[in-house]
Amino acid sequence: MAERLLEVAELEVSFATEDGLVRAVDGVSFALHRGEVVAIVGESGSGKSVTVMTLMGLTRGVNSRFGGSARLGDRELVTASEAELERVRGAEIAMIFQDPISSLSPVMRIGDQIVEQIRAHEKVSKGAAMDRAVELMERVGIPRARDRARNYPHEFSGGMRQRVMIALALSLSPSVLIADEPTTALDVTIQAQILQEVKQLSQESSSGVIFVTHDLGVVADIADRVIVMYAGQVVEQGTLEEIFYDPQHPYTWGLLGSVTRMDRPPPRRLPAIPGLPPSLTDPPEGCHFAPRCPLRFDRCHELPPLQARVPGVAGHLDRCWLQAGDKRDRREVEGQIGLATEAVA
Amino acid sequence: MARFAVRRALSALALLFATSVVVFGAFEVIPSYNPAQAIAGRNATPTTVAEVSRKFGFDKPVYTQYVNTMKLVFTGKVIDYQDDLNVVDQFRKRFPVTLSLVLPAGILWFGMAVVLGSVSAMRAGRLTDRVVMVAAIVGVSIPVVLLAALLLYFFAYKLTWFPNTGYHGLSNPVQWAYHLILPWIALAVLNIGFYSRVLRSGLLDMANQDFVRTARAKGLSRGQVFRRHMLRNSLMPIITMFGLDFATAIGGAALITEAVFNLPGIGQYEASSIGNLDVPPILVGAILTAFFVVLFGALIDILYGLLDPRIRLTG
Ligand SMILES: Nc1ncnc2c1ncn2[C@@H]1O[C@H](COP(=O)(O)OP(=O)(O)OP(=O)(O)O)[C@@H](O)[C@H]1O
Ligand SMILES: [Mg+2]
Repeated sequence: MAERLLEVAELEVSFATEDGLVRAVDGVSFALHRGEVVAIVGESGSGKSVTVMTLMGLTRGVNSRFGGSARLGDRELVTASEAELERVRGAEIAMIFQDPISSLSPVMRIGDQIVEQIRAHEKVSKGAAMDRAVELMERVGIPRARDRARNYPHEFSGGMRQRVMIALALSLSPSVLIADEPTTALDVTIQAQILQEVKQLSQESSSGVIFVTHDLGVVADIADRVIVMYAGQVVEQGTLEEIFYDPQHPYTWGLLGSVTRMDRPPPRRLPAIPGLPPSLTDPPEGCHFAPRCPLRFDRCHELPPLQARVPGVAGHLDRCWLQAGDKRDRREVEGQIGLATEAVA
Repeated sequence: MARFAVRRALSALALLFATSVVVFGAFEVIPSYNPAQAIAGRNATPTTVAEVSRKFGFDKPVYTQYVNTMKLVFTGKVIDYQDDLNVVDQFRKRFPVTLSLVLPAGILWFGMAVVLGSVSAMRAGRLTDRVVMVAAIVGVSIPVVLLAALLLYFFAYKLTWFPNTGYHGLSNPVQWAYHLILPWIALAVLNIGFYSRVLRSGLLDMANQDFVRTARAKGLSRGQVFRRHMLRNSLMPIITMFGLDFATAIGGAALITEAVFNLPGIGQYEASSIGNLDVPPILVGAILTAFFVVLFGALIDILYGLLDPRIRLTG
């Protein structure tokens, strides 16, 4: 197996708010290897962004509380000093954010923003850094990069700005690249190009990629492994094939059921998961998904541990008490994987 | 740029015209307004008053009076009614005093506000922030007259660290500054309080901006993120406030400070003219203020364009 870059274990992040302690990330564990794309999926508010931003120390603040560990090589990120994190940010872990329009400074030239990134970590002259910035911009497919480097963000289209963000993120060849919904704000054709770009560039530099999204279509295109999050916890984790063809957690079925497929007639029953995610200040005891799960039974009052439950498949973990064989029978809804619900029976 | 200049000059003319008409007209509707009586003196006979009225043209229709007065203003020959002095000369003589008060005070209030607002925002929610913000509220709420009086009482009268009142010319810079330190403080405190609060809240909004998060994600130090990304984008509101406050202050709005510290600036002159219903100085003062407001408004717009490339100069 390839070199392990990042090891997250029992990571916990909570925020003290007026309404109480928000447990945004509640015991998340996963690993990232060189050359691998790991996708984190889950509904809005499930803690995906908080998880990845914590890896860069971007969730720190007076009201934030942390637990568990996140190791980059032999560096502990959760307890690292701010100075240590400054060296990691941008150089070893880089991030592409969701909204390329607001993620670049409106008052600074594009080239200068990349130069600033390079010079934050390396002692190079402005001129040399600018040459590298232009090179990077060419690499991510920005035409006439030398001229364009003198432009401001508002003179770029959304897709071009996201390319700039990618150039920025790749400028110091980080070993870990985090992309937090990098294509959500873009239209579909540009989305596909950007995905291709991220995948190819990360392979060239053999970094590991964490790709956050709630679009399973995107996951199918890009991911090697998938982590499914629900209410701050990982509910299922496995390879792309395992998650798509043998999903174990009813929440994952619900997510898969909500993927619209062009090659099939639209299902007659609405596959969207009914109900709302639980409050993070006061999560239910036991399985967090139980209140929305049509298959819940007595055991669900107890929180199932995340463990391998499919016989013979060690890497496929989930948090559901149902037997693997039992699940296979129950998840087919109208010829596809989904979550049959009593409400629309 | 040329287009910008022309359009601003035209709007300046319009504003100056409107200001002068409003000021001139305002006195016509004051019931006790009788400039001829004022000039002739309290004990003058009706014949003398009529004489004066005819000589100064107060018997003419209002618009003729207006045109004549404006002619005198722009040829620099206009005379005030209280002391028979040339108004333009008075302004010329007094303007350096006002500028000596307002320019350093302006630098002081802007600089202090940037420092205090920044410190407060960087330490938001902590003790330093609380202390600074309470001090800022006190600074905003204390009346300038009271503050000036307190400063005088403690630092000039009790401690005798500073001279009482009065103005010394710039020919002796040490004496000049020595006499002006208390007035500078008196004039600056209110604005320091006001500006630092505005800056702090701007900076706190800025901290949640996506591009500030990007700047942190690049590995910039806290100081670099603050200076290069947060501060620059938060300065616009207080720069705008500064332009207007500075313009009105050098146009005479610092009159309370000038009066308490007995500084013979244009504010003091305007204040006594208002007390005497002496139209020409008030008119000139209003025109001057309007001129400065337009001028600084244009300068700020140019600065905006330099600070933010998304803004193009239009009239
Ligand atoms: N600074 C904070 N203070 C308080 N609560 C926070 C803070 N940051 C995030 N949260 C809460 O943590 C939860 C997880 O948020 P997060 O942004 O990780 O969700 P997400 O999975 O990325 O969702 P989305 O798909 O909408 O981006 C949310 O309920 C959010 O309100
Ligand atoms: Mg998110």
